[in-house]
Amino acid sequence: MPYSFKGGVHPPENKKRSAFKPSEILAAPERLYFPMQMHVGAPCTPTVKKGDPVCVGQVIGSSDAPISALIHSSVSGTVADIKDWDHPSGRKVMTVIIENDNKFTMAPDLLEREAKAREKDPLERTPEEVIEAIRLAGIVGMGGAGFPTAYKIRSVLGQIHTLIINAAECEPYITADNRLLVERMDVALLGIRILMKTLGVSHATLAIESNKEEAIEMLRDRLDGTGIMLRILRTKYPQGSEKHIIRAVTGREVPPGKLPGDIGCAVFNPASCAAIYDAVANGHPLISRFVTISGSAIGNPQNLQVRIGTPISCLIAAAGGYSLPPQRIIIGGPMMGTAQYTTEVPVLKTCNSVLVFGENEGLHAGSAICIRCGKCVSVCPMRLQPLYIRLYGEKGEYEYCEQKLNVRDCIECGACSYKCPGHLPLVQSIRFVKQRLGPVKKS
Amino acid sequence: MNEKKHMFFVSPSPHFHDPEDTRSVMLDVIIALLPAVCLGIYFFGLRALTLCIVSVTACVVFEYLFQRITRQRSTVYDLSAVVTGILIVLCVPAHIPYWMIIVADFFAIVIAKQLFGGIGQNFMNPALVGRVFLFSWASWFSAYPATLTTSGAGRLPVLGDVAMINGAPDILSSATPLASLKQGILPVDFTLRDLFLGNVAGSIGEVSAFILLIGGLYLLMRGVISIRIPLCFIGTVALLNFVFPAGSGSRLSWALYAILSGGLMLGAIFMATDYATSPVTPVGQIIYGIGCGLITYVIRRFGAYNEGVAFSILIMNTIVWSIDKLSAPRRFGGLRGGARQPRPEEGEVSK
Repeated sequence: MPYSFKGGVHPPENKKRSAFKPSEILAAPERLYFPMQMHVGAPCTPTVKKGDPVCVGQVIGSSDAPISALIHSSVSGTVADIKDWDHPSGRKVMTVIIENDNKFTMAPDLLEREAKAREKDPLERTPEEVIEAIRLAGIVGMGGAGFPTAYKIRSVLGQIHTLIINAAECEPYITADNRLLVERMDVALLGIRILMKTLGVSHATLAIESNKEEAIEMLRDRLDGTGIMLRILRTKYPQGSEKHIIRAVTGREVPPGKLPGDIGCAVFNPASCAAIYDAVANGHPLISRFVTISGSAIGNPQNLQVRIGTPISCLIAAAGGYSLPPQRIIIGGPMMGTAQYTTEVPVLKTCNSVLVFGENEGLHAGSAICIRCGKCVSVCPMRLQPLYIRLYGEKGEYEYCEQKLNVRDCIECGACSYKCPGHLPLVQSIRFVKQRLGPVKKS
Repeated sequence: MNEKKHMFFVSPSPHFHDPEDTRSVMLDVIIALLPAVCLGIYFFGLRALTLCIVSVTACVVFEYLFQRITRQRSTVYDLSAVVTGILIVLCVPAHIPYWMIIVADFFAIVIAKQLFGGIGQNFMNPALVGRVFLFSWASWFSAYPATLTTSGAGRLPVLGDVAMINGAPDILSSATPLASLKQGILPVDFTLRDLFLGNVAGSIGEVSAFILLIGGLYLLMRGVISIRIPLCFIGTVALLNFVFPAGSGSRLSWALYAILSGGLMLGAIFMATDYATSPVTPVGQIIYGIGCGLITYVIRRFGAYNEGVAFSILIMNTIVWSIDKLSAPRRFGGLRGGARQPRPEEGEVSK
């Protein structure tokens, strides 16, 4: 029964606060911000100028590079400015700022595509048609990685035998994928079937952690005859890591430095699957997503359907503002998310949650001394030895860290730092060593 | 922006910590040791308690003073010095003079721990270093006091020390099981039940396997230690005594007497599992446990001393880093043991 992996931690889930609340649609704000980097790969360049009128679904950023994703406007209005703006990564990124006219005029080419897409059964498309529809919709991995989906599918065509839908959602607080599955289950399942058809597999595995009872209950009734199997995983962090969900479902491990496609596996997020259905069946671009807003300083934690580009201050206001003095704001989960210094950063395609923490939520004072307890070794899902990486890293022995301690295998899940009784910043030490080593030398 | 400007903390992920810290881990160890301390007081009288108080106080004071003098941040609040103080008392007999326990505390805290850099940096178990240093006064350990429950056993003085008469401490002593095992004879004075419950002559905290196992169970349940080291340590001693018993009698009796006698339980559960001086890798912990068991058997059987637990742990302590290097866990997705990776269920998935 236990579909899982060795290691991992059990942080407090804190999901109950938002898991059962039906999502609400967040009204579009006056101004939206579209950074030209919402994905892994080459950044886009703006295709509009300051003062241009834009429509819903109009492409406002594109790139010729193969690994990239189109960026669409999620409202209609005018381009107020194009300048460097705060990005959730903490950097400033070239951003198209759009003044919303609240008319939601659809782009003409979008209407055309929509009509054309609806003529044909979405399950009867050729792989090329599907990939093109996904590319035009600007879909990326919506679980947080942000890898362009069209490129991902094209690169693994013909070599996949195991398709896994990663609905683990193992980070605390986040319930966005869970709500999406519950509320848009049929759409997500159709998206999965489109993927199965495109990749040429007869089965897919929907892997979900055991704590999402509501979604599991519904899935049990809907999966008959779809070729989709349900796999219930032990609730444990980082169960949703790509490598570990493959380990849990197939028992195989992705070799170091290889991709899931190299062992015939492909992993997709359920939100991406729903977006794929919207793109293929309706020709709709990816312009909105489910976002969880939670944390101890949020009065009314909930799930929102948010237009991409909405500043997170609007989400905080919609959830009732701060109920406590806010101390930290995290985009993403508490284990791997990034802390924000301003609420003017926008929601990107990869943003599954916005967390606002009050005074020292989840933090504890530590002595910052390694007592060699070995807990970092026993929780590391990649079976590394973080204490030694830290030690050798501090001595400047980066080569040793790379060759003997396999520091590059680290997925930076944060389990070691979470567990360390000395509360040592182990992940930071590892990032430091990786940074000193520089990119992998191609041989 | 009309609303009030807030300042936010920015730090790298993860943004969550487990509430457990060094202090809470040490507190768990202290809780696990308390039953053994109480039983020691029950068997050997109030002197066991006063020795314990003296030892803990001395350890804390030595650590505080050393860090004060060397101008370091004080770590007495992490309670590790308290653990060392209790462990030293548990592995000495109740008749030793107070000055001797303070000497052991000094050696443990200052020489073995702080001079090597403090908690986590020492390469030998401080409590055992302190204990072994006391062999400088070997004649004090030539006899062990009988328990108070034995008829005729005299109380040890709480104030003042036991005198030495003709090179032996002036106590109502009793033979220890280990001394008997050394001669190749199964103990006749003690049943296995006595050994299990602790009604035998010996050191304050080593007499009862039962009470130590309870402490060990608590540590296991709290996730403070893993079962690998104690199991491999005790298992190796039992196996070797079963296969190569030192005298006549049933093999099973030899194995059971060997693991219930002396400091094996205390050593295997509380000393060999000391974080700083044991391996961090799962395979390393198994190697280390087996090594401790092997050396213990060899010393008990062929060495000059009756007991070999303290020496075996200290010897293994010195090679912990080498064990760690040799026993790195199999790399995720790595080839070693690759045969164990099951193939995907072809029929189920790709049909």
